[in-house]
Amino acid sequence: MTEHPSQSVKFYQTGTHTVGNRLLDETKRTVQASVDRSNAITSGHRACQGCGEALGARYALDSAMRATDGQLVAVNATGCLEVFTTPYPETSWQLPWLHSLFGNAPAVATGVAAAFRVKGRKDVRVIAQGGDGSTTDIGFGCLSGMFERNDDVLYICYDNEAYMNTGVQRSSATPPFARTATTQAIGEAPGNVFGTGKNLPLIAMAHNIPYVATASVADLHDLEYKVTKAMGMRGARYIHILVPCPLGWGSASDATIQVARLAIESGLFPLFEAEHGEVTQVSKIRRRVMAEDYLKVQKRFAHLFRKEGKDVDKIAVVQRMADHNIKRFGLMDEETAQ
Amino acid sequence: MSNTDPKLPYAITLDPGTSLANHTGSWRTFMPVYRDALPPCNNACPAGENIQGWLYHAEEGNYQAAWNVLVQDNPMPAIMGRVCYHPCESACNRKDLDEAVAVHAVERFLGDEALKQGWMPEATHADTGKRVLVVGAGPSGLSAAYHLRRLGHAVTIREAGPMAGGMMRFGIPKYRLPRDILDGEIARIVNFGVTLELNQKVEDIPAAFESEGFDAVFIAVGAHLAKRIDIPAHAAGRILDAASVLHDMETSPEPLQLGRRVIVYGGGNTAMDVARTAKRLGAEEAMIVYRRSRTEMPAHDFEATEAEQEGVLIHWLRTIKHIDETTFTVEKMEIDANGRPQATGEFETLEADTLIMALGQDVDTSFLQSVPGVKIARDGVVDVDEHMMTGYTGLFAGGDMVPSERTVTVAVGHGKKAAHHIDAWLKGQTYVKPAKHPLAAFDKLNTWYYDDAPQLVQPQLDIIRRQTSFDEVIGDLDESTALFEARRCLSCGNCFECDNCYGVCPDNAVKKLGPGKRFEFLYDFCKGCGLCAAECPCGAIDMIPEAS
Repeated sequence: MTEHPSQSVKFYQTGTHTVGNRLLDETKRTVQASVDRSNAITSGHRACQGCGEALGARYALDSAMRATDGQLVAVNATGCLEVFTTPYPETSWQLPWLHSLFGNAPAVATGVAAAFRVKGRKDVRVIAQGGDGSTTDIGFGCLSGMFERNDDVLYICYDNEAYMNTGVQRSSATPPFARTATTQAIGEAPGNVFGTGKNLPLIAMAHNIPYVATASVADLHDLEYKVTKAMGMRGARYIHILVPCPLGWGSASDATIQVARLAIESGLFPLFEAEHGEVTQVSKIRRRVMAEDYLKVQKRFAHLFRKEGKDVDKIAVVQRMADHNIKRFGLMDEETAQ
Repeated sequence: MSNTDPKLPYAITLDPGTSLANHTGSWRTFMPVYRDALPPCNNACPAGENIQGWLYHAEEGNYQAAWNVLVQDNPMPAIMGRVCYHPCESACNRKDLDEAVAVHAVERFLGDEALKQGWMPEATHADTGKRVLVVGAGPSGLSAAYHLRRLGHAVTIREAGPMAGGMMRFGIPKYRLPRDILDGEIARIVNFGVTLELNQKVEDIPAAFESEGFDAVFIAVGAHLAKRIDIPAHAAGRILDAASVLHDMETSPEPLQLGRRVIVYGGGNTAMDVARTAKRLGAEEAMIVYRRSRTEMPAHDFEATEAEQEGVLIHWLRTIKHIDETTFTVEKMEIDANGRPQATGEFETLEADTLIMALGQDVDTSFLQSVPGVKIARDGVVDVDEHMMTGYTGLFAGGDMVPSERTVTVAVGHGKKAAHHIDAWLKGQTYVKPAKHPLAAFDKLNTWYYDDAPQLVQPQLDIIRRQTSFDEVIGDLDESTALFEARRCLSCGNCFECDNCYGVCPDNAVKKLGPGKRFEFLYDFCKGCGLCAAECPCGAIDMIPEAS
């Protein structure tokens, strides 16, 4: 069984946190540290500066490519990732790649997997991928069906918490109080008022599929471990990767990884894995921060931090969400929790 | 892209082109550049060691390579790892994360390995045919001799005393610096091709140039004349000075008899050393009397702590006013707003058999009185210019005898500096120090990537043996712990090939060049997002504005 990076031997001078390390055994370095990584999305793509999705997708697909020896097909839903990689007639993809519609990527992937099964190509594996819009809203029916049939597909959702490609409209993954083009920062309850967002990892777990995990561009070792583990399994698998969007979140282009790190360290985005509906592993918070630290670096929450005073009540709501996650998933050891 | 069959409609027959045709580098307003910055340890080292440079090799377990880098600047690592007050560790950025890297412990480990394995420094320069005389075989003279030899000059050291080492031997007790270590490192300098002449007091500097034909002379005779003060005494008991006591410890064939109750007067490191020595020689009471408080004492705090652990009693804020045989009348002092001690008019008495004065040392400049052009400053030290040359052409001076902070490491640094200036002067040139990189400050680091790893503690000798023997107090790190400690280095300001920039670029615009070769940016595709710079652990990437 693949060893979780947090369990491996502590390595100094940098621990296991950097991408690579000249002193680390080759087998312990990440795929991203290798000059032989497949660079699944090559240079020249038109993602914004500091795009979390471009980064997260390359992280995930490069490790899936290594895990499958390059025998991999990716099916893409409509969204930023599709648009910025394939402005006709250019492509950035360095693996067989299909795009059909916004909502049908899970079903197309099911078909691709079925075709390979019929052809007896057990070695070729299939990944379906999309943003939070296609995953939690538009393609959700197809995805639930793919889970329910336990089709042999790994579905990866790159969650940037809104429809960024079309101009930052709210999705069902948009967090409360976030300003989007359709949830303006005006009125009594500025920003997204619809609640806490649809928690797709938990919904996926409710399907009792073999593997569900969350990951983030802020923890490459963990992300690669989870993708590699998923590719070692058969059946329907789901990985939900948090990918900050500098444009839609109003964060600095060089802060993408830092913002993702704050989401983890505040408890707002718990990193865990679950098998057959049960949580089996949780990444502990290493240096805890408050929800406020995460919110205040993003302009989409700027209305919570106005000059005349910050909106203490709303910030407290987000903090309660973080506290709830910490308790629910056991993100901190007992003695450090208080 | 091709459309080979003209009968087919345009749009569906284009072969896919690659996005590599799209040079996104044109989006950039800021560009990342790799840079090297000066690590704070290197910046703080009085001996000018490239500490980060040798730790880099030690991290790989390549100890000889590490040692070779170390001895480019300092020929006595085993000594330095024991007696240096390690300003590098006070400056170390890691202290703001958990604890400073124990540079001294790794240095000591490397120094001891070199002595065990018999490593020799590499000779770097061909012989120049020039002859240089070094006067005094203390740390400064030994260092100068070594560096001058490296630079290809023939070097003779003349030492007035019977043994080389200067204050390393006659000022630092063996429980801090075992003599086999001292002898080993001096012997290596001699074996490197330096002539050492003992019991040779140099009295006539001009003659060294004129009749002996030396091309340059470096004097580093140190400061060994004990400062004294007069204390009114009805009938004084035994009064000694610290420098002589520590000197006699080395030369006297018989164990010294200091008495049952000893008072040491002073608050410097020498006072601590003498009091701890007295304790080891069997004094039932070893006391220190010092006129200011712990905050103002010149001794390093750990020295006072170690002395107290061994049972030395320190009377802070006291001056000795009167001695009547074994009765010492001391006056209580208090510190005023300017940090100066002021008398309070309150008195008490202490009983002791022996008083040892540890009030600092002066330079014996008598042999320089007749040298034309040499200026003695008011406090008795020798004036030198920025090239360390005295007023007499070709005569250089360094170490404790010139204005400086009097430590072994500063002395070693003087030796190196003087060697460079002497070398340049012999060639008719002026030595210009290479420009320093900007300092790698803590706020340039992304400390997320460094694992929590507190400093390893060196073993200490148990207290009874510390009070009764001259065995070394602080023990060694072994190989695995020295390696661990070396790997705690954050490599502030200089790339250590962690692959972060290569990994975090969303545009694959960083090229990895392979081990030891670092990385380069592919500016055709770099959009200038700055993620590489933000996520570089050691602050080795700068974002600079694009030229418009």
